[in-house]
Formats: sequence, C-alpha cells, structure tokens
Amino acid sequence: MSIPPATNRVQGPAIHVQGLEKSYKELRVLRGVNFEVARGSIFALLGSNGAGKTTVVKILSTLLKPDAGAARVNGFDVAAQGAEVRESISLTGQFAAVDGILSGRENLVLVARLRHLKDPGAIADDLLRRFSLTGAGTRRAATYSGGMRRRLDIAMSLTGNPPVIFLDEPTAGLDPEARIEVWQAVRELAEGGTTVLLTTQYLDEAEQLADRIAILHHGRIIVNGTLAELRQLLPPARIEYVEKQPSLEDIFLTVVGDAGEDDRDGGADSGSQDLKTKSSGK
Amino acid sequence: MATHFLGDTVVLTGRTMRHVTRSLDTVITTAVTPVAIMLMLVYVFGGAIGTGTVSYVDYMLPGILLITIASGISYTALRLFTDMQGGIFERFQSMPIARSSVLWAHVLTSLAANVIALAAVVGVAAGIGFRSSAGVLAWLDVAGVLLLFTLALTWVAVIPGLTAKSVDGASAFAYPLVFLPFVSSAFVPTATMPGPVRAFADNQPATSIVNTIRDLLARQPAGAGIWTALAWCAGILAVAYVFAGIAYRRRIS
Repeated sequence: MSIPPATNRVQGPAIHVQGLEKSYKELRVLRGVNFEVARGSIFALLGSNGAGKTTVVKILSTLLKPDAGAARVNGFDVAAQGAEVRESISLTGQFAAVDGILSGRENLVLVARLRHLKDPGAIADDLLRRFSLTGAGTRRAATYSGGMRRRLDIAMSLTGNPPVIFLDEPTAGLDPEARIEVWQAVRELAEGGTTVLLTTQYLDEAEQLADRIAILHHGRIIVNGTLAELRQLLPPARIEYVEKQPSLEDIFLTVVGDAGEDDRDGGADSGSQDLKTKSSGK
Repeated sequence: MATHFLGDTVVLTGRTMRHVTRSLDTVITTAVTPVAIMLMLVYVFGGAIGTGTVSYVDYMLPGILLITIASGISYTALRLFTDMQGGIFERFQSMPIARSSVLWAHVLTSLAANVIALAAVVGVAAGIGFRSSAGVLAWLDVAGVLLLFTLALTWVAVIPGLTAKSVDGASAFAYPLVFLPFVSSAFVPTATMPGPVRAFADNQPATSIVNTIRDLLARQPAGAGIWTALAWCAGILAVAYVFAGIAYRRRIS
C-alpha cells in the first residue's frame, strides 16, 4: 500500500464535529452535537423529522453558520476555509436538485464545468452509464421518474469524485425499487473510498448501509456506534420461534420484478436489471 | 475563487439562458401584455388624447417599453425562486464556484430576455406606425437608459426571488411596477391631471425616464431630464443591490 499523493488529502477523520449549536430564533435545533466520521465509511445520522439532521448537513456544507462549536470536513474548517470545504464535498439535498429544463446529460455537463473539470462531456457520458441513464440522457430531467431523478441527482454529486458526500434523506419519497437502486449507488460509492454522511429517518436504511449509526434526538447525539454496538444496548436476544411471513416489500418486489418488464424508467434504461436477479435470488 | 467568477458566470448564464430559449412562451407573454395595452391605447383611447403634433404611437411607446421591462423582470424573480425551491441554488452554493456568479447569471439572463422582449415590442410598434428620425447615437442612448432601468429593476426582482414564500409572492411585486407608467407622463400629458396626482406623476421615476426616451427618439434635446432619469435608475439600482445582498447573505449563512 503506497501512500497517495498528499495534495488535497488531509490526515485524520473525514468529518469532525465538535459542540455544534444552532438556534432558529427561540428554537434550539442543535444543542452540542459531537461526532466523527472515518474516511471511506458510511455514517448514518438517524432521527425523526425536525431532529436537526438537515441543519447539521447544511452547516457541514457551508450553507449555514453554526452559533457555536466547530466542524472540520476533509481537514478544513467549515467557518474559516469554506472554499476548501466546498472543494472537498458534494451535497445531495432533501429534494433532488436537478434542473428539470435541462436534459440529464446537460445537468451533468453543467456540474462538471462548474467543478472546472476537463472534458465534461466524457465525464457526463460515463456517469450516465454508471447510473443506467444513458438511454434517458437526452431527455429533459423533468420527464424522469422519482428514482431516475434521484439517480441523476447522486450522479451530479459524484461528478469530480469529491472525497466526502452528504446525502440528506436520499430515499425520502421513493418507491421500494428506487430505494434499492439508491442504496446500491451509495454502497458503490463507499467501496470506491468516498466518505458518505447520510441522514435518514428510516431505520432499515441505516441498518442496510451504515458502518456507524448516530441517533440525533432533541439536538444531541444520544447514541453513536456500529449496528452491533447498538444492539448490545438492549438485553441479549432470546431465541423465539416465529413463523416468517414475507414482508409486503418482499411481495411487492417479487411481483413487480417479474411482471414489470416495461418498467417506468422507459426503453433503454436498465436500472431494474440487478434488482430482478436480487429478488428472485432470495 | 475570484479567478473562477467570469467562467462560472458564463456557464451559469448559459444554463439560465436555456431556460429562456426553451420556454420562449415566457418571453412572448412578457411582450404580449404591453403590446395589448399599446394597441388598446392607440386604437381605442388614443384618438381622444391630445399630444400635439406628435403621433400617439410615437408618444406612448416609451411608457410601453417600461411596462415591458416591469413584466419581464417578474420572470427573473420567478426563475430565481424556482432555483431556491428546487434545491439547485443550494447545490450551486455548496460547490467550489464563485458563489455570487449564481445571482449574476440570473441578472445577465434577465437583461438578455428583456432585450428580446423590448425588440419584439418595438417591432410591433413599427408595424402600427411608430417612426423615429433619431440617429444611431440617440438610439444607443435610448438602449443605454433602458438597459440601466432593466438592470435596476432586475436587482429589485432578485429580492422577492430570494425571499418569497410562494410563486405568487415571487411575481406579485411586479404589478405595481407595471402600473407605475400609467400615473406618469407616459400616456397622457401630466398637465391634464388634478394637483396631487400631477405632483406624484411629475416626480416619480417613470416620468423622467419616459420623457428622456421620448425626447431622444424625437431628436429633441433631452436636457437636464436625462440626468434625473439616470439618477433614478442608479438610485434604484444601488438600493435594490444592497437589499438583495442582505437577502442573499441571509439565505446562505
């Protein structure tokens, strides 16, 4: 293992958050949030609506200033080194931030040009391929299904391979198939060495994806650990025999996977391909 | 980051210009209302309005152009508002770009879209008999005044674009601006108005801008009026720019 060139790389955790506080007028949203995210890992910030997840993400992506505390992303201070932080990150917000009037490809070219990359067209084509959007690349993004929009959104965030990616509720409002597509994309990201901070209110999402899970509640992190560590917080499991009924999700995916040949993503799009093999393999 | 400002502004302006060219209906809508008002005034009311030796269409075109700009910039606010709502504004602000280029792209696009709409309105006016003997220089002066007015009102439009809570809120601010030329020298000589109304009409920005453009197009000496017009534009621009800046900083900090 050779040490990679130390140009933009900084040692230490990818994200370091210390004593973060933020209030909106009377409402104290964050009351001293602390956590760290190791490089190349997936960290899930779990919490109910209004727990402050989005506020944390906005502070880390330099869209919001904290009232107190400090945060470093990729070794850069979010308050003092905003430009360097923005160079290191990509934000995928709560709503798919794609330009509906532009085509999928134009969206990707736009982001590549704004990141000042060479050959934006080739980068766009490559990302369209990776996210099974090649066939839809020339269509306006406004015509995409929710899952396709989200995939395009994430593809835009990956443009230029930033070392840290924030995903704010990446699967909110998506149907089960699209959710699994997004999960697959997130796993591939982490395998490629990208650090992922995702927020979610779906417990199974955190369970499926995250190396570490932190629960944000009333403006504080009340638990932080691996899934195994969190499990130990409860009394050890007792063995019970329970008849295993397929969940509605299992049924839905099996039925749709078999019958939904002409899927909603349209013609050349093969997004549900791996999904089919998966559900039939269960 | 400053080195990226020009490049980023060009890229983002290209994006918003596509919004304009791909929904040309917005440019047409911008021109349709002023054209309709123009036709109604010229063919319905115009005969009863005494404007001396000047033909009525020549007389009222400057006011129609101001109305065109006022309705054009409501789309600027709308485009910016849509960016704010869709999250794409936050995406851009979290990217390694010169952050202010996002606003400047909207401003430049607003100028371009308004120029197209203004050209269309002048074209229709020429079709119904508008004539000007003004030379190239006077036309350039007219273009300069109109562009400065558009720039000033565009920065006004940026404020609701950044702060509005709803689509209606983002575009409603333009209605009073569309109405303003009616209480000015744009369509009737202010001398026919009752005292207080006349006092308002004589001292509001539309009157000085309309008079300046009218004089330039009629090859009359614009006199000190042009400085009043320019001062109004510069004043509106400066105030709007400051408030837009405050609204902008509130959104990203």
